Amino acid sequence: MSELKRLFASLAQKNRKALMPFVTAGDPNIASTAAVIRAAHQAGADLCEVGVPYSDPIADGPVIQASYQRALEAGFRLQGVFDLGRDLSADAAMMPRVTMVSYSIIYRMGMAKYVERAKQAGYCGAIVPDLLVEEAAPLSQVCRDAEFDLIQLITPTTTRDRQRRIADLTTGFLYYVSVTGITGERTVLPTNLVDNVSWLREQTDLPVCIGFGISGPETAAQLAPVADGLIVGSAIVRRIADATRSAQQAGQDPTPAAAKIVGEFCRELRQAIDEATVHAAT
Amino acid sequence: MNTADPSASKIAAASAQVPDPQGRFGDFGGRFVPETLTNALDQLAEQYDLAKRDPEFQRELSGLLKTFVGRPSPLYHARRLSENVGGAQIWLKREDLNHTGAHKINNTIGQALLTLRMGKKRVIAETGAGQHGVATATACAHFGLPCTVYMGSEDIRRQKPNVFSMQLLGAKVSPVESGSKTLRDAVNEAMRDWMSSVEDTHYIIGSVIGPHPFPMMVRDFQAIIGRETREQCRDTFERLPDCLVACVGGGSNAAGMFFPFVEDESVRMVGVEAGGRSESAGDHASPLSYGNPGVLHGSYSYVMQDEDGQTCDVHSMSAGLDYPGVGPEHSYWKDSQRAEYVGCRDDQAMKAFEQLARTEGILCALETAHAVAKAIEIAAEMSPKEHLVVCLSGRGDKDAMEIARLRGEEW
Repeated sequence: MSELKRLFASLAQKNRKALMPFVTAGDPNIASTAAVIRAAHQAGADLCEVGVPYSDPIADGPVIQASYQRALEAGFRLQGVFDLGRDLSADAAMMPRVTMVSYSIIYRMGMAKYVERAKQAGYCGAIVPDLLVEEAAPLSQVCRDAEFDLIQLITPTTTRDRQRRIADLTTGFLYYVSVTGITGERTVLPTNLVDNVSWLREQTDLPVCIGFGISGPETAAQLAPVADGLIVGSAIVRRIADATRSAQQAGQDPTPAAAKIVGEFCRELRQAIDEATVHAAT
Repeated sequence: MNTADPSASKIAAASAQVPDPQGRFGDFGGRFVPETLTNALDQLAEQYDLAKRDPEFQRELSGLLKTFVGRPSPLYHARRLSENVGGAQIWLKREDLNHTGAHKINNTIGQALLTLRMGKKRVIAETGAGQHGVATATACAHFGLPCTVYMGSEDIRRQKPNVFSMQLLGAKVSPVESGSKTLRDAVNEAMRDWMSSVEDTHYIIGSVIGPHPFPMMVRDFQAIIGRETREQCRDTFERLPDCLVACVGGGSNAAGMFFPFVEDESVRMVGVEAGGRSESAGDHASPLSYGNPGVLHGSYSYVMQDEDGQTCDVHSMSAGLDYPGVGPEHSYWKDSQRAEYVGCRDDQAMKAFEQLARTEGILCALETAHAVAKAIEIAAEMSPKEHLVVCLSGRGDKDAMEIARLRGEEW
C-alpha cells in the first residue's frame, strides 16, 4: 500500500481531514525550509507539499512566484530538493512529502531519473501543475512502475467527462483547485465549490483535497467538511517571507522565526479544521 | 546545402500537414499548461476550425487586411543593395508597410475577429518590442474591445515610442517587474491573467508559441506573407525564389513566410536568431542553435535552459528577439532539416541596418536587421540570376531612440 493510501485510510478512520501545508524549497534556504516543515508537522500537519522553484511558473500567483524567484536568486539548485527530502527522512515519524514540480523540470532531468531520485529522497509522489491528462500517459506509466504517486489537478472549468478521465490517471489523491485562477489567498470562495467537490467524491474512491485560495482558519473551516484534505500554500509562504524579512532586517537567523510562525498558523488551521469536521459530523 | 539526405526530404514532403489534432509538429508542440486553461484552448481550437472554413469569416478578414492593414504588401526589388552585394537579386517583402509598421497585425486582426466570434469581452496580450502590443491595441480599438498589454519593464524602457502608441490607442500597458523583465516574463504574466479571466477574456498571443492551437493559428494568420510572396515572385520573375530569409524570435514572421513554401524543396529557407554579443550562454537568444528540447510557455520546443530545467536569461539588443524559446514548428523544421537556422550578432545586425538605410532608404526594425545581415551574406555567395527574398518584418522608427542610446549619442 502506498504511503498516501495508508495516510488517507488512517485519517478516514479517525474522521480527520488532512492539513497539507505547501512550502517553497530553498526560500530563504534549504535548512530553513526543513525547520519550517518540522514545525508544521509538530503543529498537526499531515502531508507536506514541497514546491520546487521554477523560473516561469504560470499557475502561481505573486506570493509563490516571488518565493520561487527569491530561492533561485539565493542559488537554489534542484539537488536542494533531494537534500531536503533526505534530511526530513531522518525523522522516522515525519509526515509524507510530495513535490509540486513543473513538467519543464521533470522533462529536463528525465522522467524516470526524476522519479527515482525523488523516491530515494523520501518523497512519495509529485503534483505536476502543467501536465494535462492528454500529455500525462508517459509520466503516469513511469510513476506506476516506481509506485510513486502522480497527483493530478481538477479545476472549476474541467468538464465532468474530463474529471473522470483525470481521476482514472491519478493516484494518491485528487487535487481540486477551488478557483478559476492562480494560487493565492481569497476571502470569498466560489459558491458552487461545495457541490462540485461533493459530485467529484461520488465519482471516485480517491481522496479529494482542495487547494488554491485557502487564506486561513475561516476558509479552512468552510471547506473541511466536504474535502478529505486542505492545501494551504500562499498564506504559509507569505508568513515565511514576512518572518524572514523581519529577522534579516534585525540581523537575526530567519529560521527560528519562520518555523515559529508557521507552527502557530498550522495549529490554528488544525484546530479550525478539526472543529468544523466534528461539527459537521454531529 | 545538405538536403541530399533522402530521409530529410521525406519529412519535408509531409511537413505542411502539421500539426496533428494534439498540436504536435513531429515531436514538438502539444499543450503543457494548467488544467484551468484546457477548456478555453479547446473552445479556441474548435472556433478557429469553424472560422477557417466559414466563407463569411474569411471575407471579413481579407476585407480588413486589404482596406485597414493595406495588404498586399509590396515585394520590392532592392536593386542598389543587390548591386552593392554583387550576388543574388535581393527582394524585400515589405511587411513594414503594413498599418502599425510590422507583420504583427496580420495575426491580431484575425484573433480579434475570433474574440468577437467566441463572444469574449476583453483581450490581453504580451509584447516584447511593442509591435505586437501596438497591433493588438489597434485591432482592439478597431473593434471596441478593452485591452491590457503586458510588457517587461526593461522593454518599456527600450521601446518607449510603442508604449505611448498603445496608450494613445486606449490600451492599458501593464509593466512586468519579475524575472528578466522582458518578453518571457510578459508571457508569464499574460498567462497568469488569463488563468483568472479565461471565461470572458481572450489572450491574443503574438507569436507561433504557446499551447495548441496558438502555434498553428498564428502561423495560419501570418501565412498570408508567404502566399503573397509566391504570387508576387511568379508575377515579377516568373518562378519561385531560390532562398527565403527571416528573423526568428518566437518565429511568427518566419513561419508565415516559410509555411507556404514548405513543400517546395527547391526553396532554401533560412531563419536568423539573435546571436547577441557572443556565443557564450547568456549573451545570445538562439535556442535553435544552442538550446535543447524542453517545455516553456505551454509547448515542447527548443529552449535555453540550464541543467535543472530553469529557463536561462538570454540577450539581444532587439527586444522582439530577446526570448529564450521558439515556436515548435521551427524546431520541427530544424530537426527535419527543412529550414536552416543561423545566428546574427548585435553588431552585424546594426551594420546591416545602416547599409539598408543608406542604399535603399529603408529604416528597418532591429529585429529585421538580423535577417537583412544574413541575407546580405547569403546573397553574396549566390549568382545574380538567383533570387533571395527577405521578410522585411518591421519598420525601424520605434528603434531610433534605442539606436541612439546604443551608439552613445544624445537623443
